Amino acid sequence: MPTLTPPPDQTSDAAFSRRSFLRGCAAFGGLTALAASLAPLREMGDYTSTEQFLQKYYKELTPDDMAKVIARIEGEVQKEYGIRPHVRDLKPMDGVEFVYCLNLTRCIGCRKCVHACVAENNQSRNPEIQYIRVLKMPHGSMDVEKGDHTYDAKQVPEKGFFYMPVQCQQCHNPPCVKVCPVNATWQEKDGITVIDYDWCIGCRYCEAACPYWARRFNFTKPEIPKERLNPNMSYLGNRPRKQGVMEKCHFCIQRTRAGRYPACLEVCPVGARKFGNILDPESEVSYILREKRVFIQLKEEMGTSPRFFYYFDK
Amino acid sequence: MIIAARNYLVFLQRCARIAFVGDWRYYAWMGALTVISLLGLNAYAKQLVHGLIVTGMSDEVSWGVYIANFTFLVGVAAAAVMMVIPVYIYDNEELHDLVIFGELLAVAAIIMCLAFVTVDLGRPDRFWHLIPGVGQLNFPRSMLSWDVIVLNGYLLLNVHICGYLLYCRYQNRKPGKWFYIPFVFTAIIWAVSIHTVTAFLYVGLGGRPFWNASIVGPRFLASAFTAGPAIIILALQIIRHFTHYRITDKALLTLRSIVQVSMIINVFLLVCEVFKEFYSGTTHGVSARYLFVGLHGYHALVPWIWTAITFNLIAMVILVMPVSRSLRWLDVACVLSIVGIWIEKGMGLVIPGFIPTPLGAIVEYVPSLNETLVCLGIWAFGLLCYTLFLRMSVPILQGRIAQSNEGQPEIQGDEPEAPVSGASPH
Ligand code: SF4
Ligand code: SF4
Repeated sequence: MPTLTPPPDQTSDAAFSRRSFLRGCAAFGGLTALAASLAPLREMGDYTSTEQFLQKYYKELTPDDMAKVIARIEGEVQKEYGIRPHVRDLKPMDGVEFVYCLNLTRCIGCRKCVHACVAENNQSRNPEIQYIRVLKMPHGSMDVEKGDHTYDAKQVPEKGFFYMPVQCQQCHNPPCVKVCPVNATWQEKDGITVIDYDWCIGCRYCEAACPYWARRFNFTKPEIPKERLNPNMSYLGNRPRKQGVMEKCHFCIQRTRAGRYPACLEVCPVGARKFGNILDPESEVSYILREKRVFIQLKEEMGTSPRFFYYFDK
Repeated sequence: MIIAARNYLVFLQRCARIAFVGDWRYYAWMGALTVISLLGLNAYAKQLVHGLIVTGMSDEVSWGVYIANFTFLVGVAAAAVMMVIPVYIYDNEELHDLVIFGELLAVAAIIMCLAFVTVDLGRPDRFWHLIPGVGQLNFPRSMLSWDVIVLNGYLLLNVHICGYLLYCRYQNRKPGKWFYIPFVFTAIIWAVSIHTVTAFLYVGLGGRPFWNASIVGPRFLASAFTAGPAIIILALQIIRHFTHYRITDKALLTLRSIVQVSMIINVFLLVCEVFKEFYSGTTHGVSARYLFVGLHGYHALVPWIWTAITFNLIAMVILVMPVSRSLRWLDVACVLSIVGIWIEKGMGLVIPGFIPTPLGAIVEYVPSLNETLVCLGIWAFGLLCYTLFLRMSVPILQGRIAQSNEGQPEIQGDEPEAPVSGASPH
């Protein structure tokens, strides 16, 4: 295409200055509108802090860095809840791999574990986040599609049904870990899949990937009444979470890595829940997996190989 | 060197200037888009403060219209290079000069895609965790990390191709083959990859049988290659109308044949999918049942998907008939297929994947007002970008802005846009 010269413009000076005046007005108006549309950001509050923004990845933190991070978290919790918590970074123990067994013959569906878990793990109460979902199942079926999620716990147990609590199955082969774009979630050597709440970008890909619907997202700033806060905390466990990050059951890391049982097990009125170290042949879970004729890994065909086993007494 | 840099800066400055001049229609259009973008920005600011709770999403349906629009727009971006194939592989002359409009559309679409993923993040302040080397990009295991790479790569590729070709035209010299042909071919392959990777994002999830089907990938491509060129057909006519840039009917009809074939394939794949989900009657088909006929009294998506299917079918019938050689009918078919595919690819693909949940609960999803405003804002912003790109590139392609007329009085925007006598005799 040949290059052309456009006809010289015959714009007069007056038109020119009117034009630039109008442009000035438009620019000013535009900036004001921009500022106005960003006005809600004034309520951002303690969305993040410089330390948190710049914090390194969990696996790259030196013990010194970790001490600083813990001090920061303790400070934040104290500021917000008026309680000085005890935050630790408990590491997995050697020779330990945790396994959960749940006796479906015994479970009566009272949902006590659901609430004990919320209290132990500092979940948001408004909106309430629960890690455990109990399904009321018709006799004879393990098809979760037939489960009732909203049954009334006052009437349990009902004839013709059994109850199946589902929480994170701590898969051997966890799809949630595979999909996370920033490695914010990973499997530790004691089998617990953890989340670094300070690294998660909140894309919710893991939530879509989990075949057990075990993950929960903080759609807003979690709300926990001061007097309900559990001050015994762990970095990868139950320390309070921020808005916009993922969380889920972590087998009560703050308890189990310190030699205690998970809260859901302790509260169960019928002793349906058994927890322990599968690498120890003397443990109760080793005994159950050795002796029970049938035990079930939920959705076995997914290839996730859960560390959570369901079994029946008779 | 210094002269080259100076020349380039003058070029950029003149491009920036032209973006702000036009007639009253231009100002009205840009003003309206700016207002909508700002409304969207305002809604997003609210979302940042209060969290994603201001959307309709939940733990049950954890992705919504943001990801739906993202998915659709990846397709648009990928399909923009569909114009490139006839030009560079089959030497189609009619489309030659128009390729740039397709690639600019790709750039605008990718900008929208990136905006849609960003607004979907719970912690956008931590985006740097995705930067390889600084953060922890989980590559190659996570499909999302692939998507981050291919989308940004595609953006760079297209920005380079468009920028280079335009600058050459501005300087009135022939583009050096080695500076862009290899990129053009990379972009063609890359276009298929952005779309395939986005499909794999869904296909890779074993716990979601509705997505975990190998047909999703091919369907993505077929629908993208329908909707993308359809959008370009409409865009080219708008360009032709407002700028008198020479675009032949023949070029539009070449694109028509792409839309035609892709639409037939798209509908065929849909039939395959519906057959598999319904005939076998396994419990894996529950999401599809929810989508097409409703499940246990829940049927929010049913009217949508049937609208989409009807639109697609009507569009296909029009396209295969000779009437679609007339532009009016072709436009109708294009609009129908764009809307149909937007519904089918967006809401129709993303939402049913979550219903029922892997534990069998049914929770429906309806986008909230705030969420809708954010979406409208991003669309307006994308259109704003595309209009700006066109505003800059058309005068350059017409030779009205060129190095040779540097320093002479600039276009004011309200003079007739018609090519000045002697222009582009081709
Ligand atoms: S149950 Fe879900 S969240 Fe838990 S490890 Fe398996 S895939 Fe991950
Ligand atoms: S939500 Fe967080 S943990 Fe889950 S995939 Fe995204 S970044 Fe990873």
